[in-house]
Amino acid sequence: MKFKINNRFRAVLGCLLAVGLLFSTPSFAFQQDSLAQDTAVSAASDTVEEGQADTAATAATAEGGEATAATTTSKSSSSSSSSASVLDEGPQIDPQVYKNMTYYILLFLILCTVVAVVGKVLSIYELTRKMNGRYNPFANNTFQSILLVIFLVAFLGFVYYGYVVWGDWAWRSAVTEHGERIDTMFIVTTVIITVVLVLVHILLFTFPYIYRMRKGTKAYYYPHNDTIEKIWTIVPAIVLTVLVLFGFFTWRSITNVPEELQKSAIQVEVLGEQFQWQVRYPGADGVIGKRNYKLTTPMNSYGIDFNDKHAWDDIQASDIVIPVNKSVRFHIISKDIIHSFYIPDFRVQINAVPGMTNYFQFTPTMTTEDMREKMDDPKYDFIMLCNKICGSGHYNMQKKVIVVTEEEYKEWLSTQNKYFTEDLQKEFAAANAEVSKELTTASLN
Amino acid sequence: MSSTVISHGAAHHDAHDHHQETFLTKYIFSQDHKMIAKQFLITGIVMAVFAMVLSILFRIQLAWPDTDFPILEVFLGKWAEGGRMKPEFFLSLVTIHGTMMVFFVLTAGLSGTFSNLLIPYQLGARDMASPLMNMLSYWFFFTACVIMVASFFVESGPASAGWTIYPPLSSVPTSIPGSGLGMTLWLISMTLFIASQVLGGVNYISTVLNMRTKGMDLWKMPLTIWAFFLTAIVGLLSFPVLVSAVVLLFFDRSVGTSFYLSDLVVQGEILPNEGGSPILFQHLFWFLGHPEVYIVVMPALGLTSEIISTNSRKPIFGYHAMVYSLVGITVLSFIVWGHHMFVTGMNPFLGGVFMITTLIIAVPSAVKAFNYIATLWRGNIRFTPAMMFAIGMVSFFVSGGLTGLYLGNAALDINLHDTYFVVAHFHLVMGSASIFGMLAGVYHWYPKMFGRMMDTRLGYLHFWLTFLGAYLVFFPMHFMGIDGVPRRYYTFTAFPFMDKWISVNLLITWAAIVAGLAQVAFLWNFFASIWKGKKATQNPWNSNTLEWTTPVEHIHGNWPGEIPTVYRWPYDYSKPGHDTDFIPQTVPFSETMSSNLPHDFEGNEEAIRIQEEWNKANNREVTEGEG
Repeated sequence: MKFKINNRFRAVLGCLLAVGLLFSTPSFAFQQDSLAQDTAVSAASDTVEEGQADTAATAATAEGGEATAATTTSKSSSSSSSSASVLDEGPQIDPQVYKNMTYYILLFLILCTVVAVVGKVLSIYELTRKMNGRYNPFANNTFQSILLVIFLVAFLGFVYYGYVVWGDWAWRSAVTEHGERIDTMFIVTTVIITVVLVLVHILLFTFPYIYRMRKGTKAYYYPHNDTIEKIWTIVPAIVLTVLVLFGFFTWRSITNVPEELQKSAIQVEVLGEQFQWQVRYPGADGVIGKRNYKLTTPMNSYGIDFNDKHAWDDIQASDIVIPVNKSVRFHIISKDIIHSFYIPDFRVQINAVPGMTNYFQFTPTMTTEDMREKMDDPKYDFIMLCNKICGSGHYNMQKKVIVVTEEEYKEWLSTQNKYFTEDLQKEFAAANAEVSKELTTASLN
Repeated sequence: MSSTVISHGAAHHDAHDHHQETFLTKYIFSQDHKMIAKQFLITGIVMAVFAMVLSILFRIQLAWPDTDFPILEVFLGKWAEGGRMKPEFFLSLVTIHGTMMVFFVLTAGLSGTFSNLLIPYQLGARDMASPLMNMLSYWFFFTACVIMVASFFVESGPASAGWTIYPPLSSVPTSIPGSGLGMTLWLISMTLFIASQVLGGVNYISTVLNMRTKGMDLWKMPLTIWAFFLTAIVGLLSFPVLVSAVVLLFFDRSVGTSFYLSDLVVQGEILPNEGGSPILFQHLFWFLGHPEVYIVVMPALGLTSEIISTNSRKPIFGYHAMVYSLVGITVLSFIVWGHHMFVTGMNPFLGGVFMITTLIIAVPSAVKAFNYIATLWRGNIRFTPAMMFAIGMVSFFVSGGLTGLYLGNAALDINLHDTYFVVAHFHLVMGSASIFGMLAGVYHWYPKMFGRMMDTRLGYLHFWLTFLGAYLVFFPMHFMGIDGVPRRYYTFTAFPFMDKWISVNLLITWAAIVAGLAQVAFLWNFFASIWKGKKATQNPWNSNTLEWTTPVEHIHGNWPGEIPTVYRWPYDYSKPGHDTDFIPQTVPFSETMSSNLPHDFEGNEEAIRIQEEWNKANNREVTEGEG
């Protein structure tokens, strides 16, 4: 035991010395900094003093130190050569950077030394106890079980802190009709799992303390009890059944919208692409025009098929603006890869998948103005963000969602531009003329 | 092959032992299950450290998004020009961190290590059914690791589409640089890895079924073996599906097929692919992906069962219930994958069905947790570092598992899908819990692997720092998720509502750094103890299972003489009437007349009669309830 600790101690000292030597290596001379050097020297001398307590080990320390120093020196020389090559090709890295890094490594090594010293002190203490015949082999056992109880208290406090502080930061009631149902379920689930979490942890961390091994204690041979096992199979099963049914019907009510409601809702199409969203309103006819990705051109980046007359009045919007208390049906599509249409405040999420349209229909219950008042934050906005990894700009792919009154909505809608701009109309007319010309020539032939 | 190994007599075997072993056959291309286990473990540890460093890097980015760290440029070069990490590289880091941790550390490092070590040992077999396949399994795995690490040295960077590599992001190189050569390497690496898993899995299953020693019927196997056995079955049935997903993806990328691609306009370029569906990939991926989390957690549960029972000096509570719940998890794990896809546009009715099956799987998991606590109840608990980790594992399993009730619920998942809530959930329930199961296993079986003991004090230090660190890192993430903070965001500065989480991000990153540095205590302890540790005794934990009847020095074939015969189940701890608090599986009932219970004889009337006669002669009374 003693021998082993000496070895560990020696190696840590060796590392420290090696780092100390590293500072005096010529290749690193340009980075020397008196402060760091002082730290290194004082640390080294400190540890040498400690080492002197064990004179036999000192010689070995020096030996180990030299050996490690040799390897470190070779490493440092190779790293200096690599830094030299960096100098040639790229921007120069400030020597201070290396110095700071070495400083942190040194700090960590000192910490390791402290840990090793504490460990050694503890084993010396244990040895003296053993020599005095007062050693209690179960002392550590009790100590660890007490730590587990302390952990339990800290854990419960931490959970409480989390619920109260972070929970408060995180929680905003949903502002959609279906979102309120989700919230109710969320709270029911939270209550259930919090009770289970707390109870299980109380048992898990007090049992070890109560039933820790002490002198003369013996375990109770108790391999099974079918009744109790049945109870804790059936009770979770019942609780889960309730949650499942609750969840299933809520889920169906959100996703399974009757056809007439689907048709009567306001239709909005949202297209995701790297790394932005485009929004399309159907215009006066209430029908979103067809889209064909093959028709995508720099001018018509949405790929709208203007052969479909429904597309002619489609409206381009810079934000998602929807009226309060009106059912809105979103058609979510993607131009390139998978994105996800996610509005946390609305409890709305559906992926935007290339090649298929996904739908999410919901009814907002609060305008942005009201929300700002409620939050007491005049700048608050509902945000729709991308929630499926989509590339380098993923973290900033957003669209503002503005909920307004119906009058404001109508007014806003009338001021928006159409997708079928004059330029596009010209292009389309030209293309059509070409086609008809071709057709006529074809028929002539 | 198997039958010849089993029939090796003592004399024959000794002779067999004398053949010359070179360094190459002993340490590199070893076919010995013990050496292969060590190879898996050390490779797993190296991968874990690598993946952990990656996580610290991206945690630094998340905590200080506006600060330059010039030292990063020294190590990462163009990926962190000016000391600021690039978004693409951030995504690579999370991708490779996830892949390495899930597959290389928690699948191969955990199940590879302990299945190889314990299946022959605890079953009383001389080696695996096919030592050659076992060796190949390791070398496929090792090659997979090398290729995955090598992808960091590719010009366009390693794969960066998330560890789930959803196409089209992963299949269209113009959408993200990591989907170039880096992704190809990822796919090759993963194919090799799956080959390794299949080779290993076939081997584990055939060993468990065919090579149990005399008396070791299925109901006398330790729970570890049950867990490894069922894990191998899950792996064998699900990993090949990932191969199909990977091969089709490979075709899409390199041959021009359209299995997963349709209607794409990437960076203004209209792609010719038509008719495929990205959802198909998600189905194929999660058909492995969900069983995978049980592949990761079941061995940890098995190890924990064994360690909790041994150190509570008490039989595991409800052995049969534990086995049946493992079987239940095994079966159900194949019909729940859709809960990863509630909001992908999968038919919502199907989503509802998957939600029902998902919440059912919580029942066997709950039974396991309660049984662990019942095992602790009235035990005589000894806190070895392994036991501490096992208790920590149960704690993580419970606190992480409970949040599964939110995510498994399709309606609640709408708002939580792909947020930090998910990150918190799976890092606790499968990340931390499995790592703790693995570490518990390392501390517990270290004497068996290396013949020496690890330092307990460093073990406790390691446990406490890691345990506290893990909770400090992952617990606050739940709240970020409830607020709607998405995962895989390079920085939180683009949204005003995320500003409030900056302080929490700092806490998480500092906790991660401290917990990361705490692993140095483990690494030091692990590697130094191989040479400097205190010499282990044959049965240091007073355990019942067969591996502790082998000599400390490893020998080819495990037992010097005959392989042992098994008479009893592995959990006869603190049996009333016996003088020690453990009775190894090799002790026949005739030697423990004073502690036998009627239940032990499984209806063998002759044995019951003999026992009753003995009881009468020695004035011993047996209460039925204790059977």
